[in-house]
Amino acid sequence: MANITWKMEDGSEIIAEVKDGLNLMEAATANNVPHIEGECGGCLSCATCHVFVDPEWFAKTGEIDDIEDTMLEMTDVEREDNSRLSCQIVASSALDGLILHVPEPE
Amino acid sequence: MAAPIVVVGAGQAAASFITRHVTLGSEQPILLIGEEAHPPYQRPPLSKKYLLGELERERLFIRPLEWYADQTIELRSDTHVDAIDRDRRQVITAGGDSIEYDKLLLCIGASARSLPADIGGSLDGVFTLRSIADIDKMSPGFQTGRKLLIIGGGYIGLEAAAVGRQLGLEVTLLEAADRILQRVAAAETSNYFRDLHTGHGVDLRESVRLTRLLGEDGIVRAAELESGEIIDADLVLVGIGCSPNTELAKAADLDCDNGIRVNEICQTSDPRIYAAGDCTSFVRNGLQVRLESVQNAADQGDLIARVLAGEAVTYTALPWFWSDQYDCKLQIVGLNQGHNQTVIRPGATDSSLSVWYYRDQELLAIDAMNEPKSYAFGRKIIEAGKNPTAAQVADPATDLKALAMS
Repeated sequence: MANITWKMEDGSEIIAEVKDGLNLMEAATANNVPHIEGECGGCLSCATCHVFVDPEWFAKTGEIDDIEDTMLEMTDVEREDNSRLSCQIVASSALDGLILHVPEPE
Repeated sequence: MAAPIVVVGAGQAAASFITRHVTLGSEQPILLIGEEAHPPYQRPPLSKKYLLGELERERLFIRPLEWYADQTIELRSDTHVDAIDRDRRQVITAGGDSIEYDKLLLCIGASARSLPADIGGSLDGVFTLRSIADIDKMSPGFQTGRKLLIIGGGYIGLEAAAVGRQLGLEVTLLEAADRILQRVAAAETSNYFRDLHTGHGVDLRESVRLTRLLGEDGIVRAAELESGEIIDADLVLVGIGCSPNTELAKAADLDCDNGIRVNEICQTSDPRIYAAGDCTSFVRNGLQVRLESVQNAADQGDLIARVLAGEAVTYTALPWFWSDQYDCKLQIVGLNQGHNQTVIRPGATDSSLSVWYYRDQELLAIDAMNEPKSYAFGRKIIEAGKNPTAAQVADPATDLKALAMS
């Protein structure tokens, strides 16, 4: 289990307990986090589950592989150093307390 | 109380419509009517990870079942809609219920084509692949050493062939045309996937016609080819495409043309009735098209929610698709219809390659095999309306990112 917090631009938060093994795109859509769509189901083809990882947590979310790195070029809101596609972050106790900032297009 | 928005068909388009409707804070109630036992779910993994047994059923669901109740959306599963009464603004279910609508959304998808019964199409052990129920029926037969015969070399057949080989089945794939993927891709892409599958041990045969399936005691045992050859089979998957579900719309006199015709705001010929997803047909770049894709279903569903909320938007989304077979990730952007030239861009490894489709100098579409840069930057290039030359694209030294950003 991991407690995950999604922070929106207006300061509002969604906090959820996420089962180990689920990815954080699935967790976001299950918990009604706006702007996280995950159209391709997590197979790295749509870039619609973009998040900014709180800098303190970034290293703990794991390595970005070449495909994710390329797909991060396609996000609606431009990528930054702490960008990830949340379908590639898998919940585990090591991520308990993780804070993600949700980019909002337009 | 005002009549609800009634959504018929609980697939990707419906889920996307509802999600946007909720995000926009729209108050109008929604009634979602689905034929299957499940809430809207992702179909693409059915022929990949779900058939492989690597994904539990609940993880296919686009939103968990409880989500619908939380959004005060009424979900009626296992319910078939028989008719639309446009004068009374009602849909009539197979159970005889009449349900009034304010607006109606048809997200009724497409149905897999099957083989006629008189050539063995209804024998036990013959399957089509479109739904969770289809996979649950066929997956017990996916056992090591069994003989899987696949009729049709489109994406469904190829994806199932890959799963079959990964699970240790003997796989034979028959394609009637002179090459697999003939309807959807250039010869270079067909060549890539032929090599991929034969390299993994699939007995892949093109320009081969099936005469009939042969059974014993009602169970399929073999296939007879036009040449007279008999191919043994323990199970047969028929992957010969699908047809849009237009019966409901036709019976209600809505305009159809290889799909339910919709305009640039996904409205049918009745202004109170909208349609989204695989069941629709619409004009894109001067051509009447029908797309079978998650992207189109999701984007059309999303658009209808915006239109109903009063936004001045029209459908202009760039199509994209994907497929996973063995360790190959295929990503496609654009539509290649009408191309008259293809350009090959070599990839960084032996197993990576992209095929760029042009109509004269205009870049239309890209098939990228294990080549995400061609897909990602190619998408930006197409979106920006840029048309790199064949020489630029064919040169692996060309920096696609720079081309996209220039």
